[in-house]
Amino acid sequence: MDHGTVIEATKAVVTLDVPLPGIIWGWMITLNMWAKSIGTGVILVGAFLLYRHKKEEMPNLRWMMPLISFIALNVFLLFTLVDLHQPLRMIHIFTHPHWTSAITVGAWMASLFTGLITLMTAIGFLDAYPDVARHSGIAKAIRKMSGFYETIFPFVVFLALPVTMYTAIIMAQSSARELWAAPAELIQMLMAAFMVGSASLILIAGKWSAEAKRDLAMVLALSVFFSFIMYMGEYFFSFKAAEVEATLTYIHEGGSYQLQFWSAMVLGYIIPFFIAMGSMKEESRVLMKFAALTTLIGLYLAKSTWLEIPQMIPLS
Amino acid sequence: MKLGFLVDLNLCMGCKGCEIACKVENEVPLSSWRLRVKYIDVGTFPDTSRNFTPLRCNHCENAPCERICPVSALHYLDNGIVNIDNERCIGCAGCMMACPYGAIYMDPETNTADKCTYCAHRIEGGLMPACVVACPVEANIFGDVEDETSHISRYIMEHQGDVQVRKPEKHTNPKHFYVGGGNNTLNPLAHERIEGYGLFNNITHLKTLGDPHHSILERFTGPIFGHEHLDNKSFVDMDNDDSHESHKEGGHH
Repeated sequence: MDHGTVIEATKAVVTLDVPLPGIIWGWMITLNMWAKSIGTGVILVGAFLLYRHKKEEMPNLRWMMPLISFIALNVFLLFTLVDLHQPLRMIHIFTHPHWTSAITVGAWMASLFTGLITLMTAIGFLDAYPDVARHSGIAKAIRKMSGFYETIFPFVVFLALPVTMYTAIIMAQSSARELWAAPAELIQMLMAAFMVGSASLILIAGKWSAEAKRDLAMVLALSVFFSFIMYMGEYFFSFKAAEVEATLTYIHEGGSYQLQFWSAMVLGYIIPFFIAMGSMKEESRVLMKFAALTTLIGLYLAKSTWLEIPQMIPLS
Repeated sequence: MKLGFLVDLNLCMGCKGCEIACKVENEVPLSSWRLRVKYIDVGTFPDTSRNFTPLRCNHCENAPCERICPVSALHYLDNGIVNIDNERCIGCAGCMMACPYGAIYMDPETNTADKCTYCAHRIEGGLMPACVVACPVEANIFGDVEDETSHISRYIMEHQGDVQVRKPEKHTNPKHFYVGGGNNTLNPLAHERIEGYGLFNNITHLKTLGDPHHSILERFTGPIFGHEHLDNKSFVDMDNDDSHESHKEGGHH
């Protein structure tokens, strides 16, 4: 017993209770959210670049954009499935859907989105490499529907928005965790997609025009700026809600979560912001790639902190 | 009909008879509880008191667990009970994240979510829930809160002003009431959990949620090929020594 502990006379002390479950949604859900942000973010940022620039300025975008999205979405779906305690029953979401649940709506949208991205990846890749699988019947059929890529792209961009944001509604439906408020989380999810979407594209933008790269730097700078402002607002000014304040003590009062949170802020937000701002004036390819990598790492750490701390407080 | 529960905390003496009756009736595995009685000590020596609070599913009228469940495994019965279908549950733990009362657990034997059902199987047969029958002081009162003549309705009317629910600000409309409760007993933010001050210390957590012998791969292969059967002895034999309550559990220190 720690005899040095002082308990206020008005405070009650729990003297018998069963252990709390601790972290229920852990690193797999963090990875799930992080990968989904990349999967949707590259599409949103890619669409913005295609709106602003000629596609000749970004020669590999047409096939690399859906390919990155495809890989990220499959990581997202894999860890969604693996995190289930009965993964084979995932099919129940499609056979017994419960439409009030954001998990259900999200699963349906994400599945459709992944299907369309798969098609875009196949078309984009086979068009970019006409010599690959020239005699394959399937490849021929896909090449024939090349124009379908541009037809479905606007719908895919539109679908990327709810797919990236539905996790915020799942968090909002998690009534036990007051830190996750829908308005803030919706914007944070959107900003996260723009952050890692631009970061991922920076890594493949070597031969792109300077103007396109400047736009990428601008998207990165703006998204990390607004996301950082929101985190700071929640960090410093969430004292009105008792449960949120209690949750944030896991960051405020030191320990591993404080270190993790501020590491996330420095790596994912502060460093990329200044590098991206500098790169908008004078391009620095190496520094921008460094900023892209720190953004990807920082967002993972930020998501992990924000996911885990609300699960630490006792509910009963 | 809307079935509800009321616990008169002035009567409860913390014997945990209800807890054990529930365990036996519903074959709740070790490490899991559908109903538990929490002890809270208040005051400074020698003016101290110990309060007992039975905690179970609140069977909310506006249940967040039912809303978030992607497959309707959690569903309302006509009598207001929030029931769970283990055969449909996919084990996403969304309900555990949604329940503001921490009343849902992942059953380590079935790897599905589970919770108090007000002993729906007994109700169907015209019996009272096991915890009600076991209570030696009749602190647990169960019945139809929409029937003005029921015992629970009359009890609520007789104790107007002293009837509370947990976390009313969550707008879940719980159908589980407390008489004689206070901020200390019903608000988890109002008390502290300090290692060394409990009746049992160095309490260990399970390392995993759900079946600890069920690896990620076995989650896929188990339902098809079967897997190692888990029994209570498995929990006793488990090595949990690196996961003590003092540094893993939340609370306000």
